[in-house]
Amino acid sequence: MKLLRAWALRLAGMLPGKRRAQERELAAEIDSHLQMHIDDNLRAGMTAEQARRMAMLQLGGVEATKEAYRDRSTIPFLDHLLQDLRFAIRQLRKNLGFTCTAVLVLALGMCASVAIFAFVDAALIKPLPYRNPSRLAGVFESVAMFPQSNLSYPDYLDWKKLNTTLSSLDAYQHRGFLVSTPAGAQPVRGARVSDGFFRTLGVVPVLGRDFYAGEDLPTAPRTVLLSYAAWQQRYGGRPDVLGQAVTLDGAPNIIVGVLPREFHFAPAEPADFWTALHAQGECDLRRSCHSLYGVGRLKDGVSLQAASANMTSIARQLEKQYPDSNSGQGAALMPLTEVIVGDIRPLLLLLLSGAGLLLLIAAVNVAALLLVRSESRKREIAVRTALGASAGRLVSQFVTEACVLVAAGGILGLVSARWAMQLLVSLISEDMLARTPFLQGLGLNIRVLAFAGVVSLLAAALFSLAPGLRIRRFETREGLAEGSRGSAGTVWRRLGSRLVVLELATAMVLLVGAGLLVKSLHRLMHVGIGVEADHLVTMDVMAPPATYGKEAQAIALGRTIVDRIRSLPGVKSVGFAANGVPLQGNGNTTWVRVLGRPWHGEHNEMPERDISAGYFATLGAKLVRGRDFSDVEDASKPHVAIINQAFARHYFPGEDALARQLSFLSTPPVPIQIVGIVEDIREGPLDAAIPPVIYFPFNQSTDTYLGLVVRTAQDERSLLPALAATIRQIDPGIVPIGAAAMTDRVSDSPSAAVHRFSARLVGGFAVLALLLGVVGLYGVVAYSVSQRTREIGVRIALGAQRGSVYRLIVKEAGWLAAIGIAIGLACSVAAATLIRGLLFAVQPWDFPTLAAVAAVLGIAALVASFIPARRAASIDPVEALRAE
Amino acid sequence: MGDKADVWQGTLALMVLKTIETLGPLHGYGIARRIEQTSGNLLSLNYGTLYPALLKLEQEGAIASEWGVSENNRKAKFYRLTRAGRKQLGKATLDWEQTTAILARFLAPSEDPV
Repeated sequence: MKLLRAWALRLAGMLPGKRRAQERELAAEIDSHLQMHIDDNLRAGMTAEQARRMAMLQLGGVEATKEAYRDRSTIPFLDHLLQDLRFAIRQLRKNLGFTCTAVLVLALGMCASVAIFAFVDAALIKPLPYRNPSRLAGVFESVAMFPQSNLSYPDYLDWKKLNTTLSSLDAYQHRGFLVSTPAGAQPVRGARVSDGFFRTLGVVPVLGRDFYAGEDLPTAPRTVLLSYAAWQQRYGGRPDVLGQAVTLDGAPNIIVGVLPREFHFAPAEPADFWTALHAQGECDLRRSCHSLYGVGRLKDGVSLQAASANMTSIARQLEKQYPDSNSGQGAALMPLTEVIVGDIRPLLLLLLSGAGLLLLIAAVNVAALLLVRSESRKREIAVRTALGASAGRLVSQFVTEACVLVAAGGILGLVSARWAMQLLVSLISEDMLARTPFLQGLGLNIRVLAFAGVVSLLAAALFSLAPGLRIRRFETREGLAEGSRGSAGTVWRRLGSRLVVLELATAMVLLVGAGLLVKSLHRLMHVGIGVEADHLVTMDVMAPPATYGKEAQAIALGRTIVDRIRSLPGVKSVGFAANGVPLQGNGNTTWVRVLGRPWHGEHNEMPERDISAGYFATLGAKLVRGRDFSDVEDASKPHVAIINQAFARHYFPGEDALARQLSFLSTPPVPIQIVGIVEDIREGPLDAAIPPVIYFPFNQSTDTYLGLVVRTAQDERSLLPALAATIRQIDPGIVPIGAAAMTDRVSDSPSAAVHRFSARLVGGFAVLALLLGVVGLYGVVAYSVSQRTREIGVRIALGAQRGSVYRLIVKEAGWLAAIGIAIGLACSVAAATLIRGLLFAVQPWDFPTLAAVAAVLGIAALVASFIPARRAASIDPVEALRAE
Repeated sequence: MGDKADVWQGTLALMVLKTIETLGPLHGYGIARRIEQTSGNLLSLNYGTLYPALLKLEQEGAIASEWGVSENNRKAKFYRLTRAGRKQLGKATLDWEQTTAILARFLAPSEDPV
């Protein structure tokens, strides 16, 4: 308490006003002290002169007393710090060009790395909003084609019942609903989940209640939980929403609760309505229809491996029990975190590394600038040393200057990082944002600030070390000597050169990375999709199953839609496929066998598409052999199929596929005649290999969710509104979704978006890195020229040609660039091998990219050295020699 | 001055407090003179060192100061003991008595075998 009070007073003593008052008071007190002492001395019989002298002597010096008093009345350490700070700011203000460059470069590095780190934090570091998320596991069935595939409802029930390693297992399905509103039916995204889903996650509704046990059974009344966003946007956040009914797919659901604001569950998002499962209908009850995903909580002390083994043995047991449906169906468990952020992790780590490299270049650049400055401040330091400044005090001065620089750069970087984050988010498509809800947590939170703090500390350490270390080399005498030609110049040149080589090599790594990613993107955008994308419009159509669920109804609807749209002006042809258009990869698969070949119950699984006659013609997909379907081929006619080339290659190598028949795995087998082979169409993502695909006539396998494709003679986008309006005219209950030109679909597809995002960002980093690297090289060469002015003057005076002076300087820069590029090449290939997974159809050692980047860097280096070389060549020998 | 003892670190504060307790409110010069006299001129005291010590005691709240007029009509800053100072003095005195007693026992020629 006593000490605290003393420190507080000393701290207060540092305020300028207080300090002056204390100084005045002490002066008065010493004055009165001396007066009294002199009075006494006089009384003791001394002369005036003697009395004064003795009094001073015994006091021990006025200045020394004041000094000791001052140390006591303030905090000397802080006092020095303030002095250093004032001096540092004065120094930095005096050299505004240097200061602005250093702060800007630093802010740039900080901004990039902090912004990217914020993404990394939101996705990978911030814990998921569930209770004990590390104990949660994603539970999948596993087949050859999809290592993590859906569960069927009966399998889910068996797994739930038979497992001994999970304390709970629940199921979810991401799906669309049609919600009835006064303005007509509207498509919404939602999910259906089993009763214990939220309890397994450990999520409690903020309003109302969770589903109770058994509420997901078909016998229970239909209930729904709202997402927080849906509650706010659709219901204005009113609490009386509980108990209200909302009509989803024609059936009323009672709202029983609202989920917390921070809740998200990426695998089933975007989702506004979370209904209880209510297993019913053909798919839910069939063991071979896989539509659900599982999420389970591991029992205490049970490892993921143990649970995985447990599930696998159950799957094996079910395989024996139900060979028709379960043959080849294994089990796969993975941490839920992996399910949610596993895909985005490599991308984020790539970006973080890119930003880190940029930060490294920025820091090295600033360090080099500081070195140049410490070189030109040699005299100042020598003078200060000569006047008695201790090495500690000199170092503390450099540390203070570094801290001021880093603080300014850091604050500027943090402010711009906030803005950069918004910019980055705006680069992500809305669709992608909706599927990565964890990015909502983006911001300058405590972890991001801590990251910025650590980076700043490291930078400050580097910047104070760079010139601080050099102090020892200064020799006071040498520093003071006028026009001295010490060895310091060459020492610095060597150190500076190393920094520049480091910068150039780093820039090279970033440039190569960017080059490879851009090339990947280019290859991806030009990958054959088997479709003529120009003048092709696509749109999804969602019809209410209640009205169009029967086969005849769906066939009639399909015909009406085709007829009505074909009559629109400019439309050349129309086709449709069940469950979406190419690139959407809806994941519907089927099992077939080849008739006439031995079959032992194995499941040959492949994607299945149900298409209208004219679908291929509209897409511009070519039939290699055989014929297209005809509109009259419905269930009353023999079963037919068209296969893609991949199918023909895989199952009928060197055979005539059109002569073969397939069958579903029914007993007895129902023959399916192959009537055509179509060129491979990219039904799934752009960057995945095309598997064997089988096409059936829509009229033999109907659905109520259609993907329309329309070929038009005019501009695609002008057709979009008319398309939607036409669908609405047919039946207001039918909902058109997501009309888009095929070319837009290609460039907005998730794989293209991911590639574009990474190519743009790393490209941006690389351009900045190139700029910084070249500026760094320029700085070193220019400084070296300025140091060698006299030498060059002598050379010229002795008859050196201007050309040889040029060569001298450019050679110096050329060497640095060559070494930087060589080291950079080796590092780039290594780095590119690490990001292999993010490349598409490009090898890490892609020669054209490496060569182009090396050329760009080399040319940039030449340009950077040309300016100082010109200055060197134009040195006037008389001036240069007289200047000394 | 050669055989005079320097003031031990930490003892000056105690001497100052004791002096003020004995003489009542007193200025810096008076305190210095008094300490010198009390020590029988055995102590070499730089009067200047007194002032940081006084400041420290004041910062710690053991003494308080105010300007007044000296016996010889000089303006001077007078220091007086606060209640906390009185308490501190009591405790410090006790500590010192104990320390010196212990030391005395150590330094006395010992006759009992251990």
